[in-house]
Amino acid sequence: MTDPARTRARAAAALDVAGVSVALSGRQILDDVSFTIGPGQFTGLIGPNGAGKTTLLRVILGLQRPAAGTVTVDGQPRSRRDPSVGYVPQKVLLDPDMPMRARDLVALGIDGHRFGVAVRSRARRQAVAEMLDAVGASRFADARAGLLSGGEQQRVLIAQALISRPRLLLLDEPLANLDIRSGQEIVSLLARITREQQVAVLLSAHEMNPLLPVMDRVVYLAAGRAASGSADEVITGEVLSRLYGYHVDVLHVHGRILVVAGPGSTGDRALAGRDVLEAG
Amino acid sequence: MHQLLTWIVEPGFLASAPVRTAALIGGIVAVVSAIAGVFTVMRGQSFAGHALGDVAAAGGSGALLIGLTPLTGFLGLGIIGAGTMDLIGVQRVRGRDLATGIVLGAAIGLTALFLYLDTTASATTGATQQVLFGSIFTTTSTTIPVITAFSLLATGVIAVIWRPLLLATVSPDIAAARGVPVRLVGVAYLVTLAIAVALSSLTIGAILSTALLIGPAATALRLTRRTGTALLAACVTGVAATWAGILLAYDSYYWGAAREGLPVSFFIVAVIFTAYLLAGCRKAARPRDAAPADDAARDQAAA
Repeated sequence: MTDPARTRARAAAALDVAGVSVALSGRQILDDVSFTIGPGQFTGLIGPNGAGKTTLLRVILGLQRPAAGTVTVDGQPRSRRDPSVGYVPQKVLLDPDMPMRARDLVALGIDGHRFGVAVRSRARRQAVAEMLDAVGASRFADARAGLLSGGEQQRVLIAQALISRPRLLLLDEPLANLDIRSGQEIVSLLARITREQQVAVLLSAHEMNPLLPVMDRVVYLAAGRAASGSADEVITGEVLSRLYGYHVDVLHVHGRILVVAGPGSTGDRALAGRDVLEAG
Repeated sequence: MHQLLTWIVEPGFLASAPVRTAALIGGIVAVVSAIAGVFTVMRGQSFAGHALGDVAAAGGSGALLIGLTPLTGFLGLGIIGAGTMDLIGVQRVRGRDLATGIVLGAAIGLTALFLYLDTTASATTGATQQVLFGSIFTTTSTTIPVITAFSLLATGVIAVIWRPLLLATVSPDIAAARGVPVRLVGVAYLVTLAIAVALSSLTIGAILSTALLIGPAATALRLTRRTGTALLAACVTGVAATWAGILLAYDSYYWGAAREGLPVSFFIVAVIFTAYLLAGCRKAARPRDAAPADDAARDQAAA
């Protein structure tokens, strides 16, 4: 912690997570998780359901206090009300009856946390229109947000999160309820945004294959423990076996990666026939 | 022309002091209910709104029993009820139905007891009608300052929490991540809802307060895509329905040979229901307002 090289690296990083542990009602959810994300890097937070991905994102957002460890965003200790972190949560259910256009939802990203009624201005309208254009949502900007398709809603929510010009964008399972094509569109959009707006992206997913072409780094989370690095460094049988605590194999099939519980591992019994931990 | 006008507006309508007081109070209350109602519908808390009406009924009937005005009971117990519902979990989606149901059941039980005691012990036979179905024509103009004060308080609170409340309605998670005190905002809204329900319990009755809360808002949501416009449309619908109901109730005195006026609450609710149906016809006639998206090409090219 006091190592000067390490301190400099943290100051330059978009996100630094150091030794974070979380226990909820007696159960260890995260166990000494550490990783760093550089400015403008696209990072996949990969892991099976229940690995602690959402909890980790909540710690980074300041919504969950860790039992140990620190979170540093853009060189500053994380605090709530920090506009330098944008957030697209999992399962935002927009009611189809809600009288709110896509562009109104994006405008809430500017000042939705402020008390009082918004003052309309040309600059505000302009900023919203530019952001909608950047995420390819101009065409349905005047439609009711709740009537849009899943992929369209994701674009609007991403615009809402990006309009405050954050240095870090967190997305919790944004591909979970999308068809394959919409999912690919969102991934491509995020890859372009990270470059254009110089924002670091941390995206959680239980499936890594759609992200392989765009990920700069992987944070793999299993059983509350994390490994991070490039996909080649992290997605190996050796590293993942250590995380899961039992033997797993990493298979490369036609450019896709399958993580499979190995023979004789305790995971065989735990998974009871569902031996493919992750498929694409 | 003059004949048509006298046919619509029976003689003496505008000159009647109770009518003018009713129109003023009814108008103010309709605006507060419409504003609270739009958020109630957006947040999916109609059931909570109805439960607060039942709590208000218990308050109103209890107040009569100990010699207070029903309005005191409506407001007092309504606000306490809102706090109780928050404590037992109305803010959590899963806890919502449970919390509402428990409070609602307890409130109706108390109302049954209090109304029984009201009508037997103190021989105020009008109590049931007054508490459950309102007393807009018998409310005296002396209550106008109290009603105005609470209406201003309720609309003021909504104006202050407007943006955080919208954000928390869209997604409590996003709101919390942005530093919005989500629970505090939720409680402030619930208190506003309790005030709106208490005031409409006075005009159209505790049982029917739900109609004035939900009806105009639901009608407005069928007409517009914008939150501000929806609020305005709900206010116009609520006030128009209240005034039309007052007019029809006044006129109804002249309809039958018996010279018996029909209850104003019925007419207000009937007008609201008609407006809701008409708004549905307009919505059905309009094509879907969302355009299909195909912005993938640029991203694919860039990736």
